[in-house]
Amino acid sequence: MRGPVAWWNDPWRPPRVLVAATVGYLLWSLLPVLVAVLYSFNDGRSRTVWQGFSFRWYWGDQTLSVWHDATLHNALLQTLKLGIITTIITVPLGVLFALGIDRWRGRLPSGANFLMLLAFVLPEVLLAVSLLFVITTVALPIELGTTAQVIGLVTFQVSYPAVLVRARLATIGPQYEEAAMDLGASPVGALRRVIMPMLMPAIFASTVLVFADVIDDFVMVRYLSGGASSEPVSVKIYNTARGAPTPALNALATLLLLTALAAVTVGYLVFRRMTRNDTTTADRGIGAFAGEM
Amino acid sequence: MDECLAHVQGRRVLKPSRGIWPALAAPGLIWLLLFFVAPMYVVLCIVFGRLDPIFRTAVPVWNPVQWDPTQFTYVLTHIVGPEGVFGPALLRTAMYVLTASALCLLIAFPVAYYVARLSGRRRGLLLALLIAPFWISYMMRMFAWVNLLQDDGLVNTVLGFGGLFTPDVNWLTGQPAVVILGLVYGYVPYMILPLYAGLDRLSQPVLEASRDLGANRASSFWRVTLPLSRPTIVAALLLTCLPMLGDYFTSDMLSASPKTAMVGNLINDSVLTPGQTGQAGAFVMLVFLVALLPMLYYIRVTGRRDEVAS
Repeated sequence: MRGPVAWWNDPWRPPRVLVAATVGYLLWSLLPVLVAVLYSFNDGRSRTVWQGFSFRWYWGDQTLSVWHDATLHNALLQTLKLGIITTIITVPLGVLFALGIDRWRGRLPSGANFLMLLAFVLPEVLLAVSLLFVITTVALPIELGTTAQVIGLVTFQVSYPAVLVRARLATIGPQYEEAAMDLGASPVGALRRVIMPMLMPAIFASTVLVFADVIDDFVMVRYLSGGASSEPVSVKIYNTARGAPTPALNALATLLLLTALAAVTVGYLVFRRMTRNDTTTADRGIGAFAGEM
Repeated sequence: MDECLAHVQGRRVLKPSRGIWPALAAPGLIWLLLFFVAPMYVVLCIVFGRLDPIFRTAVPVWNPVQWDPTQFTYVLTHIVGPEGVFGPALLRTAMYVLTASALCLLIAFPVAYYVARLSGRRRGLLLALLIAPFWISYMMRMFAWVNLLQDDGLVNTVLGFGGLFTPDVNWLTGQPAVVILGLVYGYVPYMILPLYAGLDRLSQPVLEASRDLGANRASSFWRVTLPLSRPTIVAALLLTCLPMLGDYFTSDMLSASPKTAMVGNLINDSVLTPGQTGQAGAFVMLVFLVALLPMLYYIRVTGRRDEVAS
């Protein structure tokens, strides 16, 4: 190993300014969150003065900890529920949609593609407010609450798997499918037995992305929540952060963070296993997993 | 026999597939029409609709012929002029979004450039750290700053050198700088990733050629790297600007004061106020119209890139 002096004098090392900018940025982006996580283990009520280490705000406190305060752990459960239901609906919908508009030629599918991309870049608050208007002013059998939240989240997220799958279809190209059909497969057979296995990594990555995105969502779930019982963690943080919350709120946010990180880590490891023999994604590692966007 | 001939001519291969692709796309398309296009129309019907005189609730008017523009013109006439109550917030939104995205680019470009082109073996780890803020809830990241910026929080402690001075700054009561920094902090990750992807794709031979042909580091960057990465920069800017346009929670969390209200706050404050639903709808339409051109541009840019990629 080289010492720091040798590193400093090395004429081939990357420009100092860029290294400093990168390290500085990473510290700036991650340290505040680490401090918030740290204070979730504070033994006292303060979120600014360290009073010793304990699990008081996770389960120790008999009334205010995440474990004992129903409003806090219900928020976490609601977040997980929304994440799972939305992902289960969004991914098949988006994948089929991508397959369909990729092959179906004409004006209608390109219009559909445009709609999908528009939903992808539209500021979320616009979609959320318009869905809220629909539910409050039009007589529909849908009420504010979990159902409405799921509908809104699916609409906002459905472009994710669709965009990823279309990008993957473009890299795969038509030759494998044509070869399969030359060898006697029907279009559906070629799709099922050749294309689908090749799409699995993209489908899997979008599943993880959608789940992680949904459990972080705030705008949509807040407008479409039907009262305190369907408020997930993000809304809970928003509602109580400016009051005088106890570190139990830090603990709740930390648990959400751990859930997201666990999902993404497991997802990445599985993704790497799925693509280990695949030359188009192998060298791009985590960048391929993030879907380039 | 017929079937066999058709097979040879390739017709059989195509024929049964014709109905499949529309059928696959149909559920997604119907979903988007029902929950994306239809709600947009409902917003129009509410903006150009009437108010219930007793309950002050919005009564949508479904027939475009009977639309009444009173609520929309009310909003438009209150932007500038003597009754311009909405003007300052709109101007502030434009200023905050422009400043914040410029700062985002200033931070994101060097970082993305370093990680994509110069980081070597450490790239995987750095990339994982760059992606990390994506999985941390936006609200949690804002909450982290609420903790740090409290009157007795870490920022004031550090500024006071642990009790040497007493910097009496109330960071969380309507400081525009804090809201802009919050926006930058919140949206930088959304800019770094597309920038990283774009800079990663730049062709190494072209850059080497520019150095071989006599350009020094600076002019090779200025005359080759930057022009080549311009589409990426534009796409990344749009990806951060568009969600910022609808942002209201950053201002709510970090200032909670009307002094830093953005157009998102105008929407959020009027959405659930009885009698102001139409106003909220008008703001939604306004933001939509402002965002429409950038959105179309983004779709075109990414569409063209996909064609090149395939």
